Amino acid sequence: MSVFEGFKFRKVSSVVHNLDPRVKFFFVLVLFVMAVLFTNFLALLVLFLVPLPFVFVAKVNRQWLRSLRGAALLAIFIFATNFIFGYFYPTSLSGITQPVDTLFEYVVLLERSVAMTLRFVVLISSFSVFFLTTSPDHLGLALQQSHVPYEFCFAFTTAVRFVPVLADEAQTIMDAQKARGLELERGNLFKRVRNYIPILIPLIVNAIRRSLELAESMESRAWGASKKRTNLYELKLKRADYVLVVISVLMLICAVYVWLFVPVPSLTTLLSL
Amino acid sequence: MAVIKTNDLTYTYPGATKPSIEKVSLTINKGDFVILTGPSGCGKTTLCRCFNGLVPHFYNGKLEGTLTVAGLDVAEHQIYELARHVGLVFQNPENQLFALSVEKDVAFGLENFAMPREEMRKRVEWALKMAGISELAERPPHELSGGQQQRVAIASVLAMQPDIMILDEPTSFLDPLGAEKIFEVINDLNKKLGITTILVEHRLDLAAKYANHVIVMDNGKVALTGSPREIFSSEEARLIGVGIPKATKLYQHLKKNGVELKSVPVTTEEAANLLREVLKNA
Amino acid sequence: MLEVKDLFYAYPTGLEALKGINLTVDDGEFLAVMGQNGAGKTTLVKHFNGLLKPTSGEVLVDGVSTRDVSVAKLARTVGFVFQNPDHQLFSESVEEEIAFALKNFGFEETVIEKQVTWALNLLDVLEYRKTSPFMLSGGERKRVALASILAWDPNVIILDEPTIGQDHQQKEKLQQFILQLNAQKKTVVVVTHDVEFVAECNPRVILMRQGKVLVDGKAEKILTDPELLLQASIVPPQITQIFLELADFGLPTDVIDVHVATKVLLNRLRGQS
Repeated sequence: MSVFEGFKFRKVSSVVHNLDPRVKFFFVLVLFVMAVLFTNFLALLVLFLVPLPFVFVAKVNRQWLRSLRGAALLAIFIFATNFIFGYFYPTSLSGITQPVDTLFEYVVLLERSVAMTLRFVVLISSFSVFFLTTSPDHLGLALQQSHVPYEFCFAFTTAVRFVPVLADEAQTIMDAQKARGLELERGNLFKRVRNYIPILIPLIVNAIRRSLELAESMESRAWGASKKRTNLYELKLKRADYVLVVISVLMLICAVYVWLFVPVPSLTTLLSL
Repeated sequence: MAVIKTNDLTYTYPGATKPSIEKVSLTINKGDFVILTGPSGCGKTTLCRCFNGLVPHFYNGKLEGTLTVAGLDVAEHQIYELARHVGLVFQNPENQLFALSVEKDVAFGLENFAMPREEMRKRVEWALKMAGISELAERPPHELSGGQQQRVAIASVLAMQPDIMILDEPTSFLDPLGAEKIFEVINDLNKKLGITTILVEHRLDLAAKYANHVIVMDNGKVALTGSPREIFSSEEARLIGVGIPKATKLYQHLKKNGVELKSVPVTTEEAANLLREVLKNA
Repeated sequence: MLEVKDLFYAYPTGLEALKGINLTVDDGEFLAVMGQNGAGKTTLVKHFNGLLKPTSGEVLVDGVSTRDVSVAKLARTVGFVFQNPDHQLFSESVEEEIAFALKNFGFEETVIEKQVTWALNLLDVLEYRKTSPFMLSGGERKRVALASILAWDPNVIILDEPTIGQDHQQKEKLQQFILQLNAQKKTVVVVTHDVEFVAECNPRVILMRQGKVLVDGKAEKILTDPELLLQASIVPPQITQIFLELADFGLPTDVIDVHVATKVLLNRLRGQS
């Protein structure tokens, strides 16, 4: 019961949560495109700051931090590869053609590597804002209204619905086998993997049984009665949604303009002035 | 008027060597409250599956004999056609709720019928009200208690306004008070809306008082059929292993010892009243 | 002997499931733990074999704190039969299923062989020795699960909701079996809300509500107190309901069993006629 608490979705309401998932997704997509356009540290720093108000308005700061922490290892890896590659192949860095040796060149390399890492962080951050503030049923609905086949949307929401159920079940099975003397942490690696068989088999058997019952219940409630089914809920764009669409489009236009015509200075050159 | 009529109904699951139900002939009238009971594996659940077309359409296998439900020949009509007339509520509430909110679950069948949104909204609200769970409309089903979940399941079947409602051991996971509440909801629907009700149940102590017709199955066959009083006081029912209500049992024990009450009690109130008379006269 | 001293338990989510339980179960006692779903019944008994460890307070099994011993060790003394046999069955044959725990406990081959046969006989499933447990009916699976616990002959047997999903005859068989175990000086703890079952067994009962013990006493005392039962979401047994209605005739109001009821009524009727 304990370990799996984190999986459970909760209904929360805030301005950000209530935004249309399609619009939110568009916004995230714009951020994504912008992050790909720029390699410059300052520009990416701005991009990193853009979704932060959403995090605080939606009060998902703790979960958001947790997802960033989850990405930390990969971020370090990206930083390291960028730094090492930049060191051995400096031509890939703008403005440096000879081997990196002066302090200035080191700083440029450092800034560049940090920028690339930041780009990754921006992507993770904006996508996690999207998923943290979009309830699964909204997401399913958005998929459906975006003409994704209903079967797929149904499978998606049902999967989300059964995560906590299966998690509880896994815990019960584990308890039942422990009560029969099973010690999961005993033995060498091979033995430890084998220790999980008495847990996996009942889990799978029960999942199959469960899905059969689920199918029976769906059939009994007229699954497939008409080709075009209706939906109790409908996503409608509200004012806040339009505002976000406008903001996103403006952001995109600005970004493209800047990218084409305004050279963004690097932090290093800015400071050395 | 017969709403369900079977004649020599025999069904064998695919791959099975012997039929799960055999030569079942019975009639269930409109507005009846039927208790269907018998030992585990006697074919109760299979018979229920026949009534809404899961057998043979979902399970395949071999169906013989005739079966008419709400005027439709089950072999000829798809499950979703029958769903307009027959609602089936299962034992485990957890596995029949699949949406992320209660109202969405209740709407599931209506969505399948492609009902316009406005009308659907009204229908969902009505069904929730009848099941006494209006206040739970927006809650996720998995946060509810077992009893509440089972009421959601009832509402989601009720929303389709069926003529017949079949409930397969709907209370086995619930505590006694939760079970009693479910039985009361079911009874209300039967008495107020006239929905023909078929309740599969072992716990007759709690359910017996609502029924006017009891069917006992054994080994795939209908062993006994009749009024609760007839069935519970019969020697056959005891031999098959039907869980006879304690009120009736007390009657039998007294009778064995030479004290015969005026009639056979099924509920505790009836038993108390009958005993009251005897005690007064003594 | 099981001793529970001032036991508090909170799940990692912060949910306080047990709020100060004090309880002693002597060797050879038969205890029924009753109460509403969510009252903490299962949480309490999961402390008896160490599946859960107290947040504060103590649980002693034969004088040893459950904090100091592994579940596998405690399980030797305390057998725990879970509600749903499908949460534990995983082997290819009934025989292997029953041998599972014995192997975990490190019994010798010959002893395992002997104990398996003994348990198969005890639960009347000898004919299924080589059958896959998944091929059996619900009632038979329940008996195999029970056999797989009793195989190592634990002194204390905990049964979580043993009567759920069982038909009348299976229930009666189970009841006789449990009473027989108790007669053999085993300590039996049953978690249940099946009043009629408890009324027929007449054990010691504790009634739980919201993580606390509401009352502790003989079944015939507790099951005949409608107000107390209502607080635990339980209705009195049928026989009791009848006798409560007849209270004005001066009949005893603590009758729960149909045989006792018959005797009382006959005495009364014969005594006066």
